[in-house]
Amino acid sequence: MIKLIVILLSAVFINNYVLSRFLGICPFLGVSKKLDSATGMSLAVIFVMLIATAVTWPIQMYLLNPNNLGYLQTIVFILVIAALVQLVEIILKRYIPSLHKSLGVYLPLITTNCAVLGVTILNIDEGYTFVEAMVNSLGSGLGFFLAMVMFSGVRSTIEGSDIPKSFQGLPITLIAAAITSLSFLGFGGIIENLFA
Amino acid sequence: MEPILTAVIPVVIIGIICAAVLVIASKIMAVKEDERFPVIRECLPGANCGACGFAGCDGYAKALCESSDTPTNLCVPGADGVSRKLSEILGVEFEDVIEQVAVVHCAGDCKKTQDKVEYHGIESCVAAKLLYGGKGSCTYGCLGLGDCAAACPQDAICIQNGIAHVDSRKCIGCGICTRTCPNHLISLVADVEKVVVTCSNKDKGAVTRKICSNGCIGCKKCEKVCPLGAIKVTDNVAVIDYEKCTDCPDFGVCAKNCTTGCIMISDLSGMHRYKEN
Repeated sequence: MIKLIVILLSAVFINNYVLSRFLGICPFLGVSKKLDSATGMSLAVIFVMLIATAVTWPIQMYLLNPNNLGYLQTIVFILVIAALVQLVEIILKRYIPSLHKSLGVYLPLITTNCAVLGVTILNIDEGYTFVEAMVNSLGSGLGFFLAMVMFSGVRSTIEGSDIPKSFQGLPITLIAAAITSLSFLGFGGIIENLFA
Repeated sequence: MEPILTAVIPVVIIGIICAAVLVIASKIMAVKEDERFPVIRECLPGANCGACGFAGCDGYAKALCESSDTPTNLCVPGADGVSRKLSEILGVEFEDVIEQVAVVHCAGDCKKTQDKVEYHGIESCVAAKLLYGGKGSCTYGCLGLGDCAAACPQDAICIQNGIAHVDSRKCIGCGICTRTCPNHLISLVADVEKVVVTCSNKDKGAVTRKICSNGCIGCKKCEKVCPLGAIKVTDNVAVIDYEKCTDCPDFGVCAKNCTTGCIMISDLSGMHRYKEN
C-alpha cells in the first residue's frame, strides 16, 4: 500500500511529467492561457492516460513480450492509443454527449500527445505491475492537471502586468515556465525520507 | 521467417483489428442526424470561415437544426442568397444579411514610414512581431509579411509597398484575416460605409508624428468637424462609430480636415453590391 502512495505522490510532484520530465510541453504552453480550457485539457489527459495504460500494459505483457516483439512498443502503442481515443470519442458522443461536449476538441488533440505515450512506455520500463501502472498513470495525470492549473494562473497574472517590450509574448511565457518548473525541483528527495 | 515480416505482420494485424472495431463502433453508435441537416449544410458555402460565430458551416447548420431561434442571416459570405434559401427551408421570415468587407487600419506604406531594423527571419508577421514588435518603426502598424494574405480564402488581400490592401470586390467578409493579424489592424465594416481611419497607432501625437507621416496624432479636429458626433479619439487614435455615421449632411468633411490624412474616403462596396449594380 505504501508503495502505491509513494508512486502516486512521486508521479504528481517529483517526477511531474511537464515540469520535471518535460513531456507534454505543447499543450502546457498552448492551452494554458485560460483556466477553463486548461482544466478541460487536463481532465481529458487524466482520462486518456488511464485508459491508455489499461490497454497498453496487457498488450506489452501478454502480446509483445512473449513473442519477443518488445521493440515494436512505440509504434504499437501509438496505434492502439489513437484507435482507443477515437473509440472512446464515439462512445461518449453516443451515450454521454455532455461529457463529450466538455472534453470537446481536447480528446482527439491528445491522441498523439507525448505525455500519454510517455506514461505508457515508462510504466513498462519501470517494471510496474498492472495496479502500480494504473496508479502511476493517475498520478501523472494529476501532476499534469496541477502544472496546467498553476501555470494558467501564472499566465493570467502575466497578461495583466507591464512587461518590457522585448519580453512580451513568447519570451516571458518561456521564462515563467522555467521558473515554475524550478519550483518543482524543491520536491526532489522528499519521498525517500517521507516513509522511511 | 524474415525478421521484417515478424515485425510488420503483427502491426498490420493490430491496425486492421483497430480499424474494424472503429468501423463497427461508428456504425452501431452513429448519432442520428436531423434530416434537414444535409439540406441546410448543402445551402451554406462551405468556406468554414466562422463569420457566423459557429465552428464552421457544420456548426452553423447544426445550430439551425437544433434551435429555431438561430438567425438565418448570419452567413456573411453567402449573403442574401443563402439567407433566403435557409429561411425557405426552415419556414421562417427572410432576414437581410448585412454584407461586410475587411478594412486594414494602417496606411503607413514604405513612403510614409521607415524600418527601424533589417528583418531576415521567417516570413511571417507573427514571427516578426515576436522580435521587438516588428521591423517597422511603428509597432502598431502593418508588418507587411502577409499573414493575412496567406490566410485569405479568396486571395482578396495583397501586400503593396509593405502594407496589406484588401480588394473589397473579392472580399467575402468572412473575417479570417481579422483574427490572423497579430496587430489586430483589420476589422469588418458594413460595405455601405465610405470613410475609414487608416491608422491604429496609440502613441502620443508627437511620437506618432516622428515615425509615420500618415499616423493619427489624436488632434481631435475630426471630432469637432463631424456633424453627427460619430468620431471619437480614444487612446490617441480616431475611431468612427459606424452606427452614428449615416446619411452625413457634410460628407467627407472629416477626411478633408484630417491633419495627417489618415481618415480616408474609400469605396468599400463589396462583391455583392458590385454584382447588383
